[in-house]
Amino acid sequence: MLRFLVRRFLGAVVILFLLSIVTFLLFFGMPRDPALLMCGKTCNPQSLANIHHVLGLDKSIPEQYGIFLHNLVFGSNQFAQGPCPAPCFGYSYHTNDQVWATMMDRLPTTLSLTLGAAVVFLIVGLGTGMVAAWRRGTLLDKTVTAGSMVISSLQIYFLGPLALAALVYQSHIFSKPAYNDFTANPITWFSGLIIPWVVLSTIFASQYTRMARSSMIEQLQEEHVRTARAKGMSRKYVFFRYAWRGSLIPIVTIFGIDLGSLLGGAIITEFTFGLPGLGMLAVQSVQFSDLPLLLGVMLFSAAMILLCNIVVDACYAFIDPRVRLS
Amino acid sequence: MTTLTKEAGAPVPADADAFLSVRDLHVSFKTEDGIVKAVDGLSFDLERGRTLGIVGESGSGKSVTNLTILGLHNPLFTTIEGEILLEGQELTTAKESELEKLRGNKAAMIFQDPLTALSPYYTVGRQIAEPFMKHTGASKKAAWERAVEMLGKVGIPNPKERAKDYPHQFSGGMRQRAMIAMALVCDPDLLIADEPTTALDVTVQAQILDLLKDLQQEFGSAIIFITHDLGVIADMADDIMVMYAGGAVERGTVSEVMRAPQHPYTWGLLNSMPRLDSDLSAPLTPIPGAPPSLLNPPTGCRFHPRCTFQDRVGGTLCVNERPLLAPDRASACHLTAEQKRTIFIEEIKPRLG
Repeated sequence: MLRFLVRRFLGAVVILFLLSIVTFLLFFGMPRDPALLMCGKTCNPQSLANIHHVLGLDKSIPEQYGIFLHNLVFGSNQFAQGPCPAPCFGYSYHTNDQVWATMMDRLPTTLSLTLGAAVVFLIVGLGTGMVAAWRRGTLLDKTVTAGSMVISSLQIYFLGPLALAALVYQSHIFSKPAYNDFTANPITWFSGLIIPWVVLSTIFASQYTRMARSSMIEQLQEEHVRTARAKGMSRKYVFFRYAWRGSLIPIVTIFGIDLGSLLGGAIITEFTFGLPGLGMLAVQSVQFSDLPLLLGVMLFSAAMILLCNIVVDACYAFIDPRVRLS
Repeated sequence: MTTLTKEAGAPVPADADAFLSVRDLHVSFKTEDGIVKAVDGLSFDLERGRTLGIVGESGSGKSVTNLTILGLHNPLFTTIEGEILLEGQELTTAKESELEKLRGNKAAMIFQDPLTALSPYYTVGRQIAEPFMKHTGASKKAAWERAVEMLGKVGIPNPKERAKDYPHQFSGGMRQRAMIAMALVCDPDLLIADEPTTALDVTVQAQILDLLKDLQQEFGSAIIFITHDLGVIADMADDIMVMYAGGAVERGTVSEVMRAPQHPYTWGLLNSMPRLDSDLSAPLTPIPGAPPSLLNPPTGCRFHPRCTFQDRVGGTLCVNERPLLAPDRASACHLTAEQKRTIFIEEIKPRLG
């Protein structure tokens, strides 16, 4: 298991390395000069060249990449804005803030939003899906199936404003979505995020409902499940011990992907509810051709997806003993 | 027509001595294409300590019958009529909780493919111990010890260690042994073995059959042995029931059915079976045609579209009237007893060698 984890982590580092190269090359392939955005109205060739020099854009691309890697691993004191400890992505072109510090500043918002919603949509999604599978063919099952179909076709930018209008602006039941520090006041943290959680998890849960239902029904038809019934185990026992275990594999797979991509920033959700998380940062970095920020956000979300993948693979080994040996 | 089919399954009063008694069983499934009559008017009895072999092609209703005995069909899509009496207890109408108490306890089942029939997620020992805990109320530790004991009994070397293994760490033959240990852990009075050796090598098959015979002597269980292999059944069973298209077509003791089969379908089965002691140059003769669709089974005798002896009966009897299967030694065919005997001796037997 340890060897497996070490191997996967090394693999992930290689992928991140390659990804950073690709991002670098793509950035310089863009027909846009980030210096122009900073140059302002009184721009002349001289000041533009100055900015190029300050940002290090006058160096060759491999050289710039080398500096980037060096800073990332060892940190740097070369920046005019101040010191930059490792992992150093440099300072944002646009805001002049240290990129890593900015990201760490935004991370709690994204983390709270994602993990809170994930807990809700996992429990609600799996719960309703399993109830539907348990009562397969009944009116309840048909209602759940049809309902999840309708809900999963909704989008956050539709459901979000609707929820805001109904629950916040019209009825004032909930407070306006905002991120408040959990350690400062858990209650305002909770009340500020409840609407984004509910909306995000409504949309995700329906997908999990359908997956849990079909996966349970498939498992219930497995021969080993029939054997368990043939030896007299109760329907409940067979359902929760035998069928459930097998149904987890596809669910864990999808959950890992969803969680990984949400941790990299739930862009639409953040914009809909005005929550400044990593997703907003990502959009901002593209808008302002902000290379340090772009690299930071890009590599961070890729790392999240890779991390979730490793966790998923480790989970497989817990769920299925056949995976442990091979 | 309906009256005739009804008559075909004319209920014979249940045998008071029989341990298991199936009377006029009808099982049908609702499918998208229509209603499949998987079992259609089946009756048989089984006594303690005896082995009943059920033979027939795929789709003849062998497995369905036995799943129905334990109530393992899907109640959403299945309709069941008739009676299944196990020691006088009616099973078709029994509550799920009563069936649960019975399954794995009084009546246990061995399935065909031990790889898919054992759960990949739990150790072999746990899977054997589970029913023992459930039915006897034994502690976890006692049940585990019992599982180890059973694994030893079915010939798994070093059972104490192997009980901690998962099914995928076992070989095919060992998995089937573990499956048998699981079925026998509560000393069942009835053991249903659904093609238990089909997925195994011939050498392993012989070992498993010997094991089953030994265990039957030790535990005195009644066994229903389902197979499509006549060689296996001749070795294992006391009685044989030949099934075709959801009903029994011939029934008798092993020597009766093997030495003097009476039904054209049984003749066909024997003809299509290779034998080491027969003339090796003589080709095998398959039964012409394919098993009928049970969505819309043939009228009269279910076998008539494939039967080469239809003209000997004459008239339209075979097409219009379903032949009856009398109790005890019997075959459901319109040929007279005399005809059956002469056809077998003069036309079938020489080819079997």
